[in-house]
Amino acid sequence: MYEILDKRPLGPGIQEYVLLAPDIARVGKAGQFVVLRLHERGERIPLTIVDCDPTLGGVTLVVQEVGKSTREMGERFHKGDSVLDLAGPLGLPSDIERFGTVVCIGGGLGIAPLYPIARDLKKAGNTVIGIVGARSRALLFYEDRMAAVCDELRIMTDDGSHGRKGYVSDALRDVLSTRRDVARVWAIGPAIMMKVCVAVTKEFDVPTIVSLNSVMIDGTGMCGGCRVEVGGATKFACVDGPEFDGHGVDFDLLMSRQKFYAEEEACSLERYLATRKDATTS
Amino acid sequence: MIREKQVPMREQPPSVRIGNFEEVALGYSEEEAVEEAARCLQCRNAPCVQGCPVGIDIPAFIQAVAVRDVARAVSVIKASNALPAVCGRVCPQETQCQGVCTLGKRFEPVSIGRLERFCADWESEHETCCTAIAPHTGKRVAVIGAGPAGLTAAGELRKCGHDVTVFELLHIAGGVLMYGIPEFRLPKAIVKREIDGLCRMGVRVRVNEVIGRVATIGEMLAKEFDAVFIGTGAGLPQFLGVPGESLNGVYSANEFLTRTNLMRAYRFPEYDTPLRLGRRVVTVGGGNVAMDSARTALRLGAEESIIVYRRSEDELPARREEVHHAKEEGVQFRFLTNPVTLLGERGRVSAVRCLRMKLGEPDESGRRRPVPVPSSEFEIEADTVVIAVGNGPHPLILQTTPGLELNRRGNIAADPKTGATSLPGVYAGGDIVTGAATVIEAMGAGKRAASAINAFLCDPR
Repeated sequence: MYEILDKRPLGPGIQEYVLLAPDIARVGKAGQFVVLRLHERGERIPLTIVDCDPTLGGVTLVVQEVGKSTREMGERFHKGDSVLDLAGPLGLPSDIERFGTVVCIGGGLGIAPLYPIARDLKKAGNTVIGIVGARSRALLFYEDRMAAVCDELRIMTDDGSHGRKGYVSDALRDVLSTRRDVARVWAIGPAIMMKVCVAVTKEFDVPTIVSLNSVMIDGTGMCGGCRVEVGGATKFACVDGPEFDGHGVDFDLLMSRQKFYAEEEACSLERYLATRKDATTS
Repeated sequence: MIREKQVPMREQPPSVRIGNFEEVALGYSEEEAVEEAARCLQCRNAPCVQGCPVGIDIPAFIQAVAVRDVARAVSVIKASNALPAVCGRVCPQETQCQGVCTLGKRFEPVSIGRLERFCADWESEHETCCTAIAPHTGKRVAVIGAGPAGLTAAGELRKCGHDVTVFELLHIAGGVLMYGIPEFRLPKAIVKREIDGLCRMGVRVRVNEVIGRVATIGEMLAKEFDAVFIGTGAGLPQFLGVPGESLNGVYSANEFLTRTNLMRAYRFPEYDTPLRLGRRVVTVGGGNVAMDSARTALRLGAEESIIVYRRSEDELPARREEVHHAKEEGVQFRFLTNPVTLLGERGRVSAVRCLRMKLGEPDESGRRRPVPVPSSEFEIEADTVVIAVGNGPHPLILQTTPGLELNRRGNIAADPKTGATSLPGVYAGGDIVTGAATVIEAMGAGKRAASAINAFLCDPR
């Protein structure tokens, strides 16, 4: 059992959790992930590590309520409660070096895994240009944390309710058009966002790292469900990634595979919401 | 007069069992077991014992069953085998103990596996047997991976009086016994019972442990443990290397079976993990894992379940009983058929394009090599494809243990007699050393390594 030391909302349907897992907190690095299971009937949910506090033994995760399990976690798991299983750190850490000037792009929930990478790149002596974006102001979080580790931070919202109106890829194009010294780009967010960002960095020929959230079952290097195509070769996000060279990734395949279980996910959520309603009315 | 045929074991009828995940074979009653045990010739040279990878004194336990002293039979088995309820169900007896049974030269061999299962199940109902444990030695052993190799090594080392901790990566111990072999062949309650038995002996089992990252093997040896056994088993699945394998609806057998067995997708949405299945399921491969997948597909509601295998029926590596059960249940076999492309429509698999094969000269495995028949391409319609052609080694320990030598195939290089690796105090066994093999072979390796580790701990020079 892994206790929830802290929980706070970051926006509508977005929660930040700190879980007590001293072993993971001691060694977890930016770019790696954990697998969490809520209860005996739960699925294994891969979540990228946001922060590790070795002193407290806390592992910070940000969870968006998109399906049954994440919704259930948001509604039924509170500070002081415990989740049944937490395994990690899994996957390879981000390649943090002194590159010079780097651009770190986080879209939507992607801001959460992006933050520790930006922080560590800054610590390693890079000039960090941050770009964060969301559909609207309410869904944009960690602006303060990102501002603290970036030399420059650009904010984008689809509806223009905060920062500039437009997509993170628009801000990326601006940066790359005006600065020729960008050595590397990190882009983390929805597959379509990463695909568009990679198309931009290809034009400017800047190496780009993306973090792929393909469907995982065990997440430990066994089931092969998370396979992705990178540079024409089959790779496994759980052990070869989750970060890959964005210029080689087949994003259309990734998006097609991510959608395969949409019907079952909808069915599961609907059933959960129905039982939840029964519970509150009875 | 010796009965020529084995006493049959009761089974769920095929038409009933394809509608459920309950165990197919129902076990012997005491009367049936005694009758089968009476067929044993009690050969002085006991070839069956030689045929058993863990060397159970088979004539002795069968003799005990024949005189209805099941408690003694259990203690004879348990002296050599920590997981008899598992082995009685999943061992390929026909190529091991029963394959060399003297009676088998004229009649059907003694059904050693069924008798072993009978004894183990009897014990679970009677709880008579207590394994003797040597006094504490003060030595600590870490076992990495709670599958058949690791659990066996843990049990043997604990018997020697060592302090044993098993580290499991998944959320539940058992390894392939939990995630791979289906409930209808090996009920998970039985695996849990065997593991609980080890815990009662004082073996500690810790789940969710990412050894290699949370602690490396070097750190474990430096800080806490006197020896380490690596039994991390199979890892990433092998695919065919043909176009179309990333299409939706194409599963590795590992994913297909893990969703079903470990995550209980057959009880979705009561359990959270789903498994999307079409009406026509094609499984590629001829081993036990292929049989398990094809039979699982039927239970999940597939209308047709077809096994595609590139050699002929005689070369099928699966246990004969599994092939027999699969056929009874309506699994279709397409022998001498090799997939060359998976075809798709809108991102989802729709057919398997295959070549017909014929058998040529024997290859290095001694089996006749399948060679393609020119211009023999044809298509099999399929909306789900399961690839069951084997696995590579589990990558995590190999990625994180500098100095650990690997063999030509990328598995850990270990002495087959002792499990000793290139690192002092580090032993390995099971699929991580041999590549995909059987549960009992992994257990045999765990047992041999435990004996070598015990010797090492008693005299580390």
